[in-house]
Amino acid sequence: MRELSIYIHIPFCVRKCLYCDFLSAPAGREEIESYVNLLLREIKKQSIFYGDHRVISIFLGGGTPSLLPAADVERILEQIRRCYPVAADAEITIECNPGTVTAEKLHHYITGGINRLSVGLQSTDDAELARIGRIHSCRDFLESYRLAREAGFGNINVDLMAALPGQSVDSYRRTLERVTALAPEHISAYSLILEEGTPLYVNRSSYTFPTEEEDREMYVLTGKYLEEAGYRRYEISNYAREGFACRHNRVYWRRGDYAGFGLGASSMVGNVRWKNPEKYASYAAYVEQAEKREADEVQVLTAQEQMEEFMFLGLRLAEGVDVEEFQSLFGKSMEEVYGEPIAAFEAQGLLRRKGRMLALTPRGIDVSNVVFAAFLF
Amino acid sequence: MSTIDQSKIRNFCIVAHIDHGKSTLADRIIEKTGLLTSREMQAQILDNMDLERERGITIKAQTVRIVYQAKDGNEYIFNLIDTPGHVDFNYEVSRALAACDGAILVVDAAQGIEAQTLANVYLALDHDLDVFPVINKIDLPSAEPERVKNEIEDVIGIEAQDAPLISAKNGIGIEDVLEAIVEKIPAPGGSPDNPLQALIFDSVYDSYKGVIVFCRIKEGRVKKGTKIKMMATGATAEVVEVGYFGAGQFIPCDELAAGMVGYLTASIKNVKDTAVGDTVTDLENPCKEPLPGYKKVNSMVYCGMYPADGAKYPDLRDALEKLKLNDASLNYEPETSIALGFGFRCGFLGLLHLEIIQERLEREYNLDLVTTAPGVIYRVYKTNGEMIELTNPSNLPDPSEIDYMEEPVVSAEIMVTTEFIGPIMQLCQERRGRYVSTEYIEASRALLKYELPLNEIIYDFFDALKSRSRGYASFDYELKGYEQSKLVKLDILINHEEVDALSFIVHADSAYERGRKMCEKLKDEIPRHLFEIPIQAAVGGKIIARETVKAMRKDVLAKCYGGDITRKKKLLEKQKEGKKRMRQVGSVEIPQSAFMSVLKLDDD
Repeated sequence: MRELSIYIHIPFCVRKCLYCDFLSAPAGREEIESYVNLLLREIKKQSIFYGDHRVISIFLGGGTPSLLPAADVERILEQIRRCYPVAADAEITIECNPGTVTAEKLHHYITGGINRLSVGLQSTDDAELARIGRIHSCRDFLESYRLAREAGFGNINVDLMAALPGQSVDSYRRTLERVTALAPEHISAYSLILEEGTPLYVNRSSYTFPTEEEDREMYVLTGKYLEEAGYRRYEISNYAREGFACRHNRVYWRRGDYAGFGLGASSMVGNVRWKNPEKYASYAAYVEQAEKREADEVQVLTAQEQMEEFMFLGLRLAEGVDVEEFQSLFGKSMEEVYGEPIAAFEAQGLLRRKGRMLALTPRGIDVSNVVFAAFLF
Repeated sequence: MSTIDQSKIRNFCIVAHIDHGKSTLADRIIEKTGLLTSREMQAQILDNMDLERERGITIKAQTVRIVYQAKDGNEYIFNLIDTPGHVDFNYEVSRALAACDGAILVVDAAQGIEAQTLANVYLALDHDLDVFPVINKIDLPSAEPERVKNEIEDVIGIEAQDAPLISAKNGIGIEDVLEAIVEKIPAPGGSPDNPLQALIFDSVYDSYKGVIVFCRIKEGRVKKGTKIKMMATGATAEVVEVGYFGAGQFIPCDELAAGMVGYLTASIKNVKDTAVGDTVTDLENPCKEPLPGYKKVNSMVYCGMYPADGAKYPDLRDALEKLKLNDASLNYEPETSIALGFGFRCGFLGLLHLEIIQERLEREYNLDLVTTAPGVIYRVYKTNGEMIELTNPSNLPDPSEIDYMEEPVVSAEIMVTTEFIGPIMQLCQERRGRYVSTEYIEASRALLKYELPLNEIIYDFFDALKSRSRGYASFDYELKGYEQSKLVKLDILINHEEVDALSFIVHADSAYERGRKMCEKLKDEIPRHLFEIPIQAAVGGKIIARETVKAMRKDVLAKCYGGDITRKKKLLEKQKEGKKRMRQVGSVEIPQSAFMSVLKLDDD
């Protein structure tokens, strides 16, 4: 049986953060209700395509999935279980924002089978949080975190952001200190990216962003601090304590099959990528026809595109890409296809070979885009 | 119209300072003569190239034949020969003038005489043209026609009291101008029975007819079948068609005879055979000597032109070939740059000419170009007695082989209101100008004469002049000759490698300043690489300025949400695309814009 990961998109939030360009918006009770109903139908209708798959991970992302009433979350998970075989040890994650969970809700998550919680903290500095439009305080986070542990969550991820407006290297270090003191199993640390069209981008001139030097210092600090605190950088921006690397996340990089359900959700199964409609009405119409699987953007990956992805996705992982796997997948050696850039990057100390694996060096990670771009045809 | 009464022909041009309304007046004349209805009139008929319309200047001489019913009851044929309005095209202007018997001098009623007015009117007088003035823009509130009339009489010394007062824009006084043309411009001389002697004042290439030669028949006659010879180039051909110029079209006729202005075609493949200023004669019955005034036009300004996409080199070559068919003053020869690959070293009459060609290549031929800094022709005298004319700085011999160098110097005339004399003199000093004289035209205006090195004025002198005089100064120049000068080659090293396409010749005293500015500019243009990139300016191997592009230390794409890989890939593709537009020099990728940015050093 092939392995399948499921992503469920919950496009609702209390209020949009100023840097956010994901598909999410505030919504009322009725909208949530009808959206969940659509999701349930999509999950069911689509199941006919996954008869030979076994679900190894489920990820409820958003938006803020924890805004859903616990009963809705349970219904979604039940629906998945009803329609798909879910492995007993499947990793089931829900994203939540501090201040949107209660003891009761968390309890429902646990009973519903959720075993991993991903908390969008970003920073422990309230002023920094306010500047980027987060709705919570550090205190809210600490409270939610405590409740999660009490409810029995033994696998918690905390999202952090560096390079926030008004953030200093010192304040970022304090965030790292406070968060590692709680000893979450997993930490995702990103640099803020100004996406065009977001309020933060539009009003960028009225913010003070860290200088390039500070940004770089925070970035270096992240790796150094977290590794010293016992986390391993298993992917460019993901750190985990031993045994807690996110399985769902790995599927994306290893190009495993995943089905995305919900508004604008992306899927890739058997080298075909597609994306659900991003407009609610189109999505609703799509769900009506979901048994035909006529998504918006369907891309059947060519061999070249598969190779590109194999490289630039696989290299995000610390262990890198498997040279022999490349050969067996594509019938050509990696040397034959990418010999030239690989040799150049090895010479520059950005890539290194270790047995059958080719991986980014720490310096290579720093400038990974440059390396990745070279693997595109 | 088989026989035309020579006494009823008027061949004339309009001379004016830029913006004084030359083209507008030409339009009105055409309109009033009734050849065209107002509906057919585009804003400006004579300037029929888009580029010309946009810049408001005339690049190629345009000519039109119109018929005027005069008040004396006779029908007159007017050949209005439009002349280019920029100093780059002075020779073309002189040939167009030579095709005329008279000229209308248009002077702006508010601005009065300007440097170009003078330059053009002197040119016209030099060609023995009868010049009569008209005062244009009399409807402007600031118009001072009486003052301007006096100025014309004082400065130029031609009668101006009965000059028509007109507004070409609003069609006021145009009849007076038409009558004055009949009255004041002499009928052409010459006899149809003499051997053919015709002046080429322009030519255009047409893909069906070959070269269309614009000429003024001074003596004799020419018709289909006449075997002709160009006396300077020696080219011979048999005439296929003769005709005259309708507005925007060629209208064939049986014969062109002495006194007439028209065109001929003879299956000539290239405009270089029909050089402007050359004399056309009858091969079998040639005239004794060519008309005076022919000279070979030399390029004054050179630059390298390279296709942005190296694969487009053949396209660029074809495009230059085609432009050259129409523009004998464009020169080019292939050259190779280490930084830019295959391209051409192109010679132009001046910077405007360069810009026009560049724009035409980009617009009409859809080419994306990289242009190197324009330079002039330097004379390099070597210790072995040899002299070379240097158009490409990278070809400068080793300093040990150079005895001395010379650069072209121009005599410049700058007309300026007295309040700006100070700033303009300062500008000229900064540009290594040598003061010659100041002549006061009237109490408030002066004509400054300077000798200036050509390489100091080809970039942005005109702009600087305008900005330091709030637009009031005007400028004209002609090549004076070559003078010895302390010149050095400024090299730019990027990551310790000399980038040939960025080298240029500069006066030793300004080398440091230019070098510093170039390094600063390049620092902003060159993206970060994985390593630190020193940018250095050097003269004779000695570093005189340096900047550093810091190493890229972080370029991480962190976010990937819900498995949306497509979006991630798009970002990487963008990055890859960006790389394609770069030129690789050693291990450094230089964006094309960097080569161009150094042309604009004086922006700030």
